[in-house]
Amino acid sequence: MSLFRKTGRGVVDDSKVINFTFDGKAYQGLEGDTVASALLANGNHLMGRSFKYHRPRGVLGAGWEEPNALIAVDRGKGRVTPNVRATTQEIYEGLKAESQNRSPNLKFDMGAFNNAFSMFFPAGFYNKTFMWPKSFWDKVYEPFIRNMAGLGPAPDADDPDVYASTYGHCETLIIGAGPAGIAAALSASKSGERIILVDENAHMGGSLRSTPNIEIGGKPASKWLEASLKALTKAENVTLMTRTTATGYYHDNFVALAERVKHHIPNAKIGKVREALHRIRAGKVILAQGGIERPLVFNGNDRPGIMLASAAQTYLGQYGVAVGNEVAVFTSHDSAYQAAFDVADANTRIAAIIDVRSTIRDDLIMGATQRGIKIIKSAAITKTFGKLRVNACEVYEPESGKKTKINCDAILMCGGWTPSLHLWSHSKGGIKWDADLAAYIPDMPNENAVCIGACNGDFGVAAALSAGHKAGGGRKAYKTNEIEFGSGVVLSSLPSYLDSSKQKAFVDFQNDVTEKDIKLAVSEGFKSIEHVKRYTTNGMATDQGKTSNLNALEIASKAVGKPIEKVGLTTFRPPYTPTTFGTFTGYRDNELFDPTRKTPIDPWAEANGAAFEPVGHWRRAWYFPKDGEDMHAAVARECKATRESLGIFDASTLGKIEVVGPDAAKFMNLMYTNPWSKLPALGCRYGLMCREDGYIYDDGVVGRMAEDRFHVTTTTGGAPRVYRHMEDYLQTEFPELDVWLTSTTEQWAVIAINGPNARKLIEPFVEGIDLSPEAFPHMTLREGKICGVPTRLFRVSFTGELGFEINIPAHYGRLVWENLFEAGQQYNICPYGTETMHVLRAEKGFIIVGQDTDGTVTAHDAGMSWAVSKKKRDFVGKRSLARPDLVAKGRKQLIGLLTENPNEVLEEGAQIVDDPNQAIPMDMLGHVTSSYWSEPLGRSIAMAVVRDGFDRMDETLSIPMPGKVIKAKVVKPVFYDPKGERLNVV
Amino acid sequence: MKYSAISLFANALSGHKKWPVQFPDKEPKKEYDAIIVGGGGHGLGAAYYLAKRYGITNVAVLEKGWIGGGNTGRNTTIIRSNYLFDESAAMYDHAVDLWDGLGQELNYNLMFSKRGVLMLAHNVHDVQSFQRHVHANRLNGVDNKWLSPEECKAFCPPLDISPHRRYPVMGGALQMRAGTARHDSVAWGYARAASKLGVDIIQNCKVIGIRRDPDGAVEGVETEKGYIASKKIGVSAAGNTSVVMEMAGLRFPLESYPLQALVSEPVKPVMPCVVMSNAVHAYISQSDKGELVIGAGTDQYTSYSQRGPLHLQEHNVAAICEIFPIFKRQRMLRSWGGIVDVTPDRSPIVGKTPVKGLYVNCGWGTGGFKATPGAADMLAYTVAHDAPHKINAPFNLDRFVGGRLIDEAAAAAVAH
Ligand SMILES: Cc1cc2nc3c(=O)[nH]c(=O)nc-3n(C[C@H](O)[C@H](O)[C@H](O)COP(=O)(O)OP(=O)(O)OC[C@H]3O[C@@H](n4cnc5c(N)ncnc54)[C@H](O)[C@@H]3O)c2cc1C
Repeated sequence: MSLFRKTGRGVVDDSKVINFTFDGKAYQGLEGDTVASALLANGNHLMGRSFKYHRPRGVLGAGWEEPNALIAVDRGKGRVTPNVRATTQEIYEGLKAESQNRSPNLKFDMGAFNNAFSMFFPAGFYNKTFMWPKSFWDKVYEPFIRNMAGLGPAPDADDPDVYASTYGHCETLIIGAGPAGIAAALSASKSGERIILVDENAHMGGSLRSTPNIEIGGKPASKWLEASLKALTKAENVTLMTRTTATGYYHDNFVALAERVKHHIPNAKIGKVREALHRIRAGKVILAQGGIERPLVFNGNDRPGIMLASAAQTYLGQYGVAVGNEVAVFTSHDSAYQAAFDVADANTRIAAIIDVRSTIRDDLIMGATQRGIKIIKSAAITKTFGKLRVNACEVYEPESGKKTKINCDAILMCGGWTPSLHLWSHSKGGIKWDADLAAYIPDMPNENAVCIGACNGDFGVAAALSAGHKAGGGRKAYKTNEIEFGSGVVLSSLPSYLDSSKQKAFVDFQNDVTEKDIKLAVSEGFKSIEHVKRYTTNGMATDQGKTSNLNALEIASKAVGKPIEKVGLTTFRPPYTPTTFGTFTGYRDNELFDPTRKTPIDPWAEANGAAFEPVGHWRRAWYFPKDGEDMHAAVARECKATRESLGIFDASTLGKIEVVGPDAAKFMNLMYTNPWSKLPALGCRYGLMCREDGYIYDDGVVGRMAEDRFHVTTTTGGAPRVYRHMEDYLQTEFPELDVWLTSTTEQWAVIAINGPNARKLIEPFVEGIDLSPEAFPHMTLREGKICGVPTRLFRVSFTGELGFEINIPAHYGRLVWENLFEAGQQYNICPYGTETMHVLRAEKGFIIVGQDTDGTVTAHDAGMSWAVSKKKRDFVGKRSLARPDLVAKGRKQLIGLLTENPNEVLEEGAQIVDDPNQAIPMDMLGHVTSSYWSEPLGRSIAMAVVRDGFDRMDETLSIPMPGKVIKAKVVKPVFYDPKGERLNVV
Repeated sequence: MKYSAISLFANALSGHKKWPVQFPDKEPKKEYDAIIVGGGGHGLGAAYYLAKRYGITNVAVLEKGWIGGGNTGRNTTIIRSNYLFDESAAMYDHAVDLWDGLGQELNYNLMFSKRGVLMLAHNVHDVQSFQRHVHANRLNGVDNKWLSPEECKAFCPPLDISPHRRYPVMGGALQMRAGTARHDSVAWGYARAASKLGVDIIQNCKVIGIRRDPDGAVEGVETEKGYIASKKIGVSAAGNTSVVMEMAGLRFPLESYPLQALVSEPVKPVMPCVVMSNAVHAYISQSDKGELVIGAGTDQYTSYSQRGPLHLQEHNVAAICEIFPIFKRQRMLRSWGGIVDVTPDRSPIVGKTPVKGLYVNCGWGTGGFKATPGAADMLAYTVAHDAPHKINAPFNLDRFVGGRLIDEAAAAAVAH
């Protein structure tokens, strides 16, 4: 058994030895140990290096507030976790831990030269230097600073672990399972309502685990705890969650719980959930998070071996570990005496209790005397000694001026207590300053929430238990034999004979912020506590100021000369403790990050070798390469085949909205620029939609199924926003209209058949529809059957060829597609993708909203004034279209471009100028919006928006590219079959 | 006292007790030649330029809380200028020109780090849009170049460019002279330099009213510290602009939204540059301290509460892990929110208002930190001359009446 282990104590199992390594060296601990407790049991205090000065550090605390003892836990490739608190990492067989921020090793760290020169690096020093020579910042100073900074190792491989997330509800959520939280759960569980009790530690019990000797109602606390947890485990309405941190408290009692499922398991398998995020909506939240002990700010207070008094108590009570052989206690608060007594009762020598106060409670003096402990009153530690571990301290008694050197291998310090108001503050609960406690305590709640126990400023076990019981809806008084928790004084500056500039009294241990730094900040004019924080970085380390905020506030308020309440408190923000990105990510990894929408015909496309492109949330077949064709060759072939005979295209992703109701036409009149009243049933019309500002928002063919029913199509990417836009107007601007909107995008599969043989192909499959040109003209629709399946058959064309769009219920999509494809073999049917669709429509000059328009283009600019009704009294965007700048000269208008060299395909996005020889910045007239090789025309074509483009027909413009200038002629943007004769092939 | 390595050394020897106050706390005088409402980087910078460039030194900056406590101290500090439209390019490039050398001018290290900003394209539409930017920037003389996925990876090694990702990297637009700066230092550096030139920086002084004379021109402001007279008032109050403008009876075309950001725990250097992805709504860089600094899109709903919902944080982190799966094991250390003021075209309003003597600089939305020196200079110019400079002239309020919008958002991100 190791030197510092006191057997038979706490949660560790003396019979189960566990092997682990720290910096490659083998250690043994016991099951139930943390890395910190196990290292301490081996007499090893040195666990880390500080951020800025690389000072050697031991543990300060025993829990989540720990700023110093940060380690990297290595579980193999991609599974190295940096910045883990040694105080919360449970050991498991084979655990590999490494210290951080040191080179080459923890005992000898080159970075510590910063410490030697620390006088040159006070708070905010970087604002004052590294300015010259100017070019040095990027190349010399900054890389140097970056390398010195940063704590844990950076990742070098993807994290292979799995994370999960859930939603949950309960009537009462209790956060913190110390005496207060457990009592609250016991009492609330009687209601039969759903109760969730969470604690961040491996075991419930909180402070009771550290003070097992206290008696509750005449029984040892450990027995009470055991019985209470048993009762709660049995209660069906109670959920107990350990290793679970409430990390954030959001609006309306919505709390994020982060559960560490696998952190304590040896050989944790990849593929099993490592951490989970539980998002809980609670009726009521009871915060029983306890309090955090405050360090004392004195010269040399950061040497390994110097720690919080309660931490030593925890190491002893919970892990059976003594933190030293000869321990000095330095305090300004009564509570440290209980810690000193616990340590003494476990046969560790207390070198002295050094109390800054002049009067001390009689029972404490008696307790000390009984144990033979010397108390030095009205005194302070002014120096500490030792390199990698404290070995002595100097005690100074200001009244006599006496200085005594006391040998010790650990110092326990206590500067009072701070209630944990973090979550309370997330919820925007009010706080107020309590001068007696010298701490902020909760004031008015902002949610249905209450703070109890230490986190409400009610310290002591009995007080916590009663408060817990009451919060749970019951009433019960508890009797304990604890020493009265008591009070203390809070002193920002402890007595010392040393000039402050000679001292290193740390406030924020991790970030190396000293008392001096805070005073410097104030003296330079940084008087708000937020300024102090930012100037000194106090409270910005990975512990987020859990042990430093109040001390900093105290020091700043003294320096400013204002009461604490006037200096303010920095805002607490989620997360309460650092929380893994994976936990927030949950299942949303890669494919599930944003599930890909696929059409019913997608598997066919995949089987037939399609290349895909992502469009909005969809993936769409882009082109169908054959025999090693590249995109260019495949598209040329697909275009040709379609124009010459027959092409088949999956248009299922088109957005579809069913607009239904007695006022459907009225509503359509308001939402689209076109007129709808006179469109007969079974007629189709191209619809153009504007935003309020008059710019094109979306477009699509709309079919009128009946007087009161429209089948609206939208662009693929636009479907959700068009639907929202319509709903928004319907609910807020036109609530009097009797209209319902239903998104039907996924109800219909859509197959577009284009080409001279389109009619011939579908004829044999269609029932109940006369397909003859006279009976079924272009831009109309019919209902009937195809392949025995009900269909809404549109005769429309986005290619300029004879075309049909076959809408069928989605689950028949593939069946109909395959039937048509098979029958189409006789016409050399060609499946084509989005790229060919784009080329075919560009040959006809049809726009793609979002490509040829960009939110700054009006219908007039796009050459589509014909789509804007001049007679309608109103539609969304009408007023804006009359604004002076929307009708002024100089607008960019959509035109066609033909390059002088027909083989040259312009780059989309390329900018257009009049004079390519002008100086930069050039006067740009517009840009190329669409540009393709047109196989049928045997040349390139392009569309562009150009300033006053309509008036520039036949002008030659320049497109300056890197290293060359391309010339192109302005033409009408219809390149193929301008008369539209091909629509009517019989 | 001039800051330098030498003065740092000298002060170290005297225990750092002799550093002067950087920006003295002043009580307001009765009257100023100009008042700036809002002590963010823009407001403080405007006061500095008024004194430095335009000869008006009797100036007060009124800040309701502590200087730099608004969005200046909450943003993710991305600085770039590769905007599309000529007006924007001129405005942001003016700012970047000023950033360069600003630390030296102010004698305050702002840690302006030109580490490059890479904007990722994840689909054909992104590619088209970014290439349009690259072409336009080239002819505007703005640095911006197109990188293939492999070049993106070489520039930013932690990036995952494998084609099987849900949002594969199809390329990126890189602006090399873009980067980051230390936000707080910007506020403090301007404050210190402005104070030296005679500007009064008055904190904890909320403006609660704007007084106008019988002709409608401004004559002063009511504040928590009493009435202060001035015939020129420049408002630079970011997310609170609509509230302040209402004090002068003006309704502004602004909506205020919470915008969140977060940092991870510090780790050793791993991210050499800034990466942005509009498609997944996330951006990331690594601070000199080692924290990964991450931002997202705005909330969907307007609000003045400086905190956002959990689901946006979840989405934001998931988005980062989608393009950087390597970061999934890092931990979020701190998150926060600011209130951003958004105009209908997502471009700012910098210029005169219908009220004589009242000037405004607002509407910078999610992206005004990068513009700080430029916006500040333009506001100062406009206040001093009672007329806009040619760079900010297009960013007038009238464009929402006339319709000549500068719609960067529409130009960037509408998927077809
Ligand atoms: C989370 C987040 C991330 C961002 N990331 C970036 C980024 O990466 N790059 C980028 O370029 N931009 C970014 N921005 C935007 C950027 O922060 C802002 O556009 C910019 O800082 C605005 O500067 P400002 O000085 O105008 O505003 P602020 O710094 O907000 O200053 C306005 C000041 O006015 C004060 N004020 C308000 N009302 C009154 C009153 N009545 N009386 C007195 N004072 C008043 C406020 O207290 C505040 O201090 C981000 C913003 C947020 C919130």
